[in-house]
Amino acid sequence: MTDNFEPIIIGFTCNWCSYRAADLAGTARVKYPPNIRLIRLMCSGRLDPTFVLKAFAGGADGVLITGCHPGECHYLEQNYKAMRRFYLLRRTLAQMGIEPGRVKLVWASAAEGVRLAEEIKKFVEEIKALGPLNWPKWQAGNGHFPLEKEQPAEMEVES
Amino acid sequence: MSTNGKPKFAMYWAASCGGCEIAVLNIHEKILDVDANFEVVFWPVAMDAKYKDVEAMEDGSILLTLFNGGIRNDENEEIAHLLRRKSKILVAFGSCANEGCIPGLANFSRPSDIFDAAYASITTDNPEGIRPQPSYAVPEGEIHIPKFYPVLRTLDQVVPVDYYMPGCPPESHQIAAVIDLVVQVLQGKATLPPPGSTIGAGGSTVCDDCPRTRNVKTIKKFVRIQDIVVDPNLCLLEQGVPCNGIATRSGCNALCPKAGAQCIGCYGPAEGVLDYGARLITAFGSVIDSKDPEEIERILDGIPDPAGQFYRFNLAASLLRAGKASWESN
Repeated sequence: MTDNFEPIIIGFTCNWCSYRAADLAGTARVKYPPNIRLIRLMCSGRLDPTFVLKAFAGGADGVLITGCHPGECHYLEQNYKAMRRFYLLRRTLAQMGIEPGRVKLVWASAAEGVRLAEEIKKFVEEIKALGPLNWPKWQAGNGHFPLEKEQPAEMEVES
Repeated sequence: MSTNGKPKFAMYWAASCGGCEIAVLNIHEKILDVDANFEVVFWPVAMDAKYKDVEAMEDGSILLTLFNGGIRNDENEEIAHLLRRKSKILVAFGSCANEGCIPGLANFSRPSDIFDAAYASITTDNPEGIRPQPSYAVPEGEIHIPKFYPVLRTLDQVVPVDYYMPGCPPESHQIAAVIDLVVQVLQGKATLPPPGSTIGAGGSTVCDDCPRTRNVKTIKKFVRIQDIVVDPNLCLLEQGVPCNGIATRSGCNALCPKAGAQCIGCYGPAEGVLDYGARLITAFGSVIDSKDPEEIERILDGIPDPAGQFYRFNLAASLLRAGKASWESN
């Protein structure tokens, strides 16, 4: 199964830089893997670590956090806050048994569409190497045991 | 079972330490109000009653049940279901029933490691290597002990709960206030809050009750409280002490910060918080005064056990609920 493993990755982008970088990648028809689902926030500083935990609890295999380069935040310094929270979150996740590599912080300016696409490709490969996370779905009434591990929907693989 | 026409009251402990029961007794003479207004039908700590007595009661015949403790084994689970059936009002009482509390920290560990710690650690005298067996044959027949579950759950992860009363343990003045309220409801002088409410606690954070002065909170270093002389008037977080008050529900009147110790979060998450640890990560990330990755990492070394710091009471109720070790081995 691991050979065909297509990870689910949630990507958080900031409205002013990285979302525009992704947009630029689209306009320029730069390809990147469809594993990533991008969510636009106004700023990486808006990224509540709750979002990341919810993503993992809800079945994500990796989370990519993106924002403006240091010093270029639309809201002055919020991307530094995002960075500090990211470091602290990564340490906490490690204690929960989630590999630090499953969450990554990448800076991308609005002009870096190609670079962002490259970073996404790289991250998808890294998550593929780590394998599925399969965080259990806890269910009321039987929550002591994780439910049967869900297999990801078979994807059409062209050979 | 005798009945004197008074509404019935029950209290049960599942995976807990017994501190909640002591907190109830700590309401002093108010306990006489409990006796005057209720018939205590089931309270294993305080009186002799059997599970079969509870089973024999009519469904919904107990007016008020205070349930403390997390759901650790199948006995806890069975009694949670039983008391849910028999009770009109089921209160998750104390941090364990609300959010797992200290017993919930076992959700970081493999079940086999938990048993090793109890039965095979260096401080344990167990030369024959005896381990508990869920069932065991004796001449009289087969006997059972409760089955241990790999992950501890909170009460509302097992059965629907009417009210939540946080705290480790709930403060006695809060318990007294809740008992006053219930007695007034019985006398028709008050109405119950909407189901699902948190009772016996505030709606804000510990910081709101804390008399310490807050300025602009940025720090260069986290310190452990035993390593500094604490300024009695300044916010602890500003002094670098990792104080959880900022994300913790009010209700204790900021007992610990007033006494010069950091809040460790026993009243659980403040209103509307989905993941307590995430809120603390947000808050602590904000107070660090550095933009340099290496320096930030150095500062974070000052919190040697972040998951323990952020989830000491809340792990079982957090979004992830349990570390990978606890469920992976199953």
